[in-house]
Formats: sequence, C-alpha cells, structure tokens
Amino acid sequence: MAAQSADDLPAEVQSWIGQARYEEKTEFPIEMGYVLTTMSATQNGNPLYWDEKVAKELTGGFITPPTMVSVWFRPHDWSPGRTEPAVPLQLHFDLKEKLGLPEAVMSDNTIVFGVPIRPGDELTTTQILYSVSPLKTTKLGTGRFWEFGVKVVNQKGELCAEERYTGFGYNRG
Amino acid sequence: MAANLLMRDVKEGMDLPVLEKLVKPVTVVLGAMASRDWRPQHHDYKFATERNGLDDIIMNTPNLAAWFERYLTDWTGPKGRLGRIKFRMKDSVYPGDTMRFAGKVTGTSAGAKGVGFVDVAIELTAGTKSCVSCEARIAVPESADVNPWSLAGDDWKP
Repeated sequence: MAAQSADDLPAEVQSWIGQARYEEKTEFPIEMGYVLTTMSATQNGNPLYWDEKVAKELTGGFITPPTMVSVWFRPHDWSPGRTEPAVPLQLHFDLKEKLGLPEAVMSDNTIVFGVPIRPGDELTTTQILYSVSPLKTTKLGTGRFWEFGVKVVNQKGELCAEERYTGFGYNRG
Repeated sequence: MAANLLMRDVKEGMDLPVLEKLVKPVTVVLGAMASRDWRPQHHDYKFATERNGLDDIIMNTPNLAAWFERYLTDWTGPKGRLGRIKFRMKDSVYPGDTMRFAGKVTGTSAGAKGVGFVDVAIELTAGTKSCVSCEARIAVPESADVNPWSLAGDDWKP
C-alpha cells in the first residue's frame, strides 16, 4: 500500500503518481558474462550458474541470479550519439530535478521474483510513482521520501520481477 | 555450497551459519561494475568523500543484494529459489570493513507441489555498524525429488 502523497507537490509531479512511465527495453540480450562476473565479485560457487549439467537438471539450462534483475536495465555509461548521460531509474532522477533535491539515497528496496531470466531474453520495464511525502528532515538533510515501482517482463510478456523502492531526495543540512 | 536443504531440516528460530568477508577496494569496484552501476561513489574516492560526504567509496545496493543471495543459497544449495527480498539500508559498507551476515529463520509456510517457503531475517553488520537489514523468502523442497524451480504460473506465489 502506497503512502498518501503530500498536497504541495508541483502539478507535473502530482500527475505522475500512479502512471506507468518510461517503458524501456534492455539495451542488449541477457548474457552470462555479467552473471559470472557477479559470481566472482561475491565469491559465489553456486553450481547452478557455473555448471551447465546442474543448470540443465534444475532449470532447463542456465538462468541468471534473481537478484541481478536490475542489472539488465542499467544503461551503458556511454553509447554513440547520446548527448546526455543515461541514468537508471529515470523517475528517481526526474523527481530529484523537479523537486529541487540534488542529493538522494535509496532507503528500502523490495523485489518479488517471478519467471527466471535466461540468457538471450529481452526485457521490458516500466516505472510507476506511488507516492511523494511532505518535506521531512533527517540526519542527511531536508527533503522528501518517494515510493516507486519497476515491473520487468520478458519477451513473452511473462512477469520476471516487481521491484519497489523508497528513495529520499534532499538538500544537505 | 551446502547439499540441498530440505524443509524438514528447517525450524523457526534457527540460526543460519554466519558469513564474514573482508571488503577490499576491489570488492566494491568489481561488485559495482558487475552490476553495471557506474555511479562515482562506488569507484571514485574524491567524489565519495568530497561530494557525498562519505568516508570512502561504498558497496552498492545491487551488489549487496547479490551477496545476500549468495548467503542464502550457500545455506539452501542450488535448489533454493529466492521468492522475495527486502532490504533497508542503514549504514555504508567501506573498504576495510568486515561484512558479517547473520540470518535467522523467522517462519515457514507451505507452497505448491511439495515446495515450502522459508522466511529469513538477515542482518549485515560491520564491526559495531548495523549496515543492512534484509528479509527474504526462499523456496526449499520438502523432499529430495522436488524442485522449486519447476513451479510456474499459479503454483509460484512467493
């Protein structure tokens, strides 16, 4: 359940609440290179991701670790022809800009996992703003909390994951 | 990596084995790059300290999620299928910290077709710092012939 939003928001931000926005496809087909780098980074020996025989037996072939779901829709740091740096979770960055809150942190993140994501999959995401709080002061500074979600589906339209974030945008105190 | 855990091995209130890992700069940077997180507070000391007011570069959330997953599947074995996960970030993890993952079973419930769900609360601490609280639900088979990864559609409701 989303928190009730503040009533002093700019009209544009108010209009975003409850709207599915920023439909995006992943920039490259899902692949195992990042999976193995993640396994290495976390010293994770789970044979499901290293041993094709185990993967075939349990999951009908390699899959990607569920917690990597957000990895696949982070944009390249640079790509040809782009003049502005792309950012993941564009909604979060647009809120920072529209609300004049240049600093931000994520405080809560919940993910519910559905169909496993497999190498070769092409994913589509949408972002939905659920709520923006009144101004609040924390040890970081004064700003607003916002709740938003990200839905991830594969090329068959199957739900792979639903993520929910709480962010806090602020001016340093 | 443990052999596959079965539901009969799980009791509410039981502790998971503790995992401790020393964080090096490469732990932070490799984890950020593996999760395609190019933001400078995860690789640029000057940005992290002078712009963000942090003590050093910090571990990023997506990579910490991968560490939580590793912690859980170290315990369950490869049949453990993560259903949901929630984190609350409370403090930063820096190079030089020793991450300590400590989990406890907070509940169990039945799923479909011989699969059970285990709820686990995990605290990630570093020295005296409480860094991340995590709640997870992971599917575990009730018997050796059951595979949680085979559940789909209405049978998979974590």
